[in-house]
Amino acid sequence: MIEYLSVVTGLLILVLLVGLGRVLLGPSPADRMLASQLFSTAGVSILILLAIIQNQSELINVALVLALLAPLTLITFIRLRKNPS
Amino acid sequence: MNLVDGFTIIMTASGLFFFFAGSIGLLRFPDVFCRLHALTKADNLGLGLIVLGVLPQAASVFDALQLILIWLLVMVAGAMSCYLVASQASESLSKNAVGQSNKHHDLSMQSGIESSAGSTHNEF
Repeated sequence: MIEYLSVVTGLLILVLLVGLGRVLLGPSPADRMLASQLFSTAGVSILILLAIIQNQSELINVALVLALLAPLTLITFIRLRKNPS
Repeated sequence: MNLVDGFTIIMTASGLFFFFAGSIGLLRFPDVFCRLHALTKADNLGLGLIVLGVLPQAASVFDALQLILIWLLVMVAGAMSCYLVASQASESLSKNAVGQSNKHHDLSMQSGIESSAGSTHNEF
């Protein structure tokens, strides 16, 4: 079970690398921020899987904090682009 | 115990499939709106399936409740940020369409989206 969940975590890190490709390619800043949205969801699931693998329930708190902070970056991005002053 | 492990394996594998579908859509779709569509729906579903699969393996009931809380939070935040990015992208699209009037005819499909997004944005 532990080995299987470790393989799933590795494949999720591969998903993060695919998202980095969009950060490199993305023509507009909104595309690059979409990649950050991908990082938040994939990062939260990686942290949840690590909490189960290592049997440390503190990592679930870290995942909760990441899920809380990820939309704040997007809100800041949108507000800065609406009012550049 | 074996049944629980099988449930975890099936749910986590399908969640991983949806994550891959979302990230490939992010990489290959041509437009901001298409990418937004691929990313927000498929990734939230993938996270939900992974949380559902991991739920029987959680150490305590409190951990399981916290996992469900994370899932709900990510769904609400995903919907909100999807709306914000789409409204910002359609605003910049309409700014470009005003400058080039001959392209406005091609964008008639998207201008409906712009006007509806703009009207809701004014209320916001």
